[in-house]
Amino acid sequence: MNKQELILKLKTIIKPYTTNTEAFDNLTEETDFINDLSINSANLVDIVLDIEETFDVVIDNTDMERMLDVKTAVEIIETKLAAK
Amino acid sequence: MKKRVVITGLGVAAPNGVGIAAFTHALKNGISGIRHDAQLQELQFSCQIAAQPQISEELKARYFTELELRGFNSSGILYGVIAGMEAWQNAGLPIEKNEEPDWDSGTVFGSGTSGIDKFRESIYKIDDLQTRRLGSTVVAQTMNSGVSAYLGGKLGLGNQVTTNSSACSTGTEAILMAYDRIQSGQAKRVLAGSTGDSGPYIWAGFDALRVCSSKYNENPEDGSRPMSASAAGFVPGSGAGALVVEELDSALERGANIYAEILGGHVNSGGQRGNGSMTAPNSTAVQRCITTALQNAGISGKDVDAINGHLTATTKDSLEIENWTKALGRNGADFPYINSLKSLTGHCLSAAGSIESVATVLQLHEDFIFGNTNCDDLHPEITALIDASKIPLQTLERTSTIIAKASFGFGDVNACILFKKFQK
Repeated sequence: MNKQELILKLKTIIKPYTTNTEAFDNLTEETDFINDLSINSANLVDIVLDIEETFDVVIDNTDMERMLDVKTAVEIIETKLAAK
Repeated sequence: MKKRVVITGLGVAAPNGVGIAAFTHALKNGISGIRHDAQLQELQFSCQIAAQPQISEELKARYFTELELRGFNSSGILYGVIAGMEAWQNAGLPIEKNEEPDWDSGTVFGSGTSGIDKFRESIYKIDDLQTRRLGSTVVAQTMNSGVSAYLGGKLGLGNQVTTNSSACSTGTEAILMAYDRIQSGQAKRVLAGSTGDSGPYIWAGFDALRVCSSKYNENPEDGSRPMSASAAGFVPGSGAGALVVEELDSALERGANIYAEILGGHVNSGGQRGNGSMTAPNSTAVQRCITTALQNAGISGKDVDAINGHLTATTKDSLEIENWTKALGRNGADFPYINSLKSLTGHCLSAAGSIESVATVLQLHEDFIFGNTNCDDLHPEITALIDASKIPLQTLERTSTIIAKASFGFGDVNACILFKKFQK
């Protein structure tokens, strides 16, 4: 899976949690989940669970704490996939 | 001088009608919300009938976002939000996406438990070592104040947002807490109400106590028989009722429709002394609750035109009537009209007081006394106390000025409110 495909999958996961559709439509690697997409911080927990399910990976608490923007999320998912 | 406090909005999710229009129609026409319950049968309950509001997916989607409905499994919060939002809109109050909360408005929305099905689902996951996979909403759905927290957020309430809990008197108590807060000048309006979860995990404890109706599994609508000689236990129910309680001046200023005035009321406890216990009411306390409510309202027993009783369809119904006769100093043909909603909705437990208060206010506002069903065979102990004509079996078109509502609950707790038809 290349990075663009991964981001596309990530977008599908994030969609229900964001209330800012404009920022979502213009999502880039620099997009921040809380500040740009107005995602409730408690929902980051749900996003991580959805990522685990979609990519069949396990994301530990340390990685989860860092996962605040698209770039870091992609990085973590890529690392986990590579280690499989 | 005491502030005048009125009711400007009503909402309900009752087993026999979701929404004020459907509920009013059900009340006037004796429509029952008691149905056979396949789950209770499967779980081999003695009582296999129950009363739950019928909620469509469309209605859910009107009050909850798609995100909120993901992993949502709390029937109590569902009913409470539907009833609460209806009452708010019914009061002509706006639902805005404003930056500032509404500092003058709060909610006291009671419950007995919250999200018991979500709790059960979580317990299975926890024991399966899946705690990290519970998701983010378990706390919000299972905390007792979940219902007031959901409502507070949807309405942007900036005054007190809380949940009270006092067993089957919860709903009636919530209205009096709202009344007190407005009386003391701390809020202009309070969304008062209560809710109760559905299902076997709420109702099992009562089935185990053998206090539920078990002889009518084949005839659900005959199963709840308040004041009847053949009453043999209550039918478990659920739902929510909500009332916007508001300072009169604020209501007049807004040009709001006023359903009724709250003259006053009282809450107390029998302390589980005398004939009171965890599960039975102390009669002295019940009578005292009613007489103190009358004093608080500045009226006497003879001013009461009708009573909406607690009357659950257990052996305690006669004792409740006796307590009313003593507290009001009235009996026989001099006794006010009395009815019980539970023949149509079962006993909605923590939601009972608010749903029944909504019914009481509707009777005042729309000039009727709804008929009692399933008590053609009145209990002889009751007819020895009051005239049978005071227990109407058909809905009466009748203007009442004052109706008393009381609720009693486990823990020997009591609540009584006096509602009055609104006159300027």
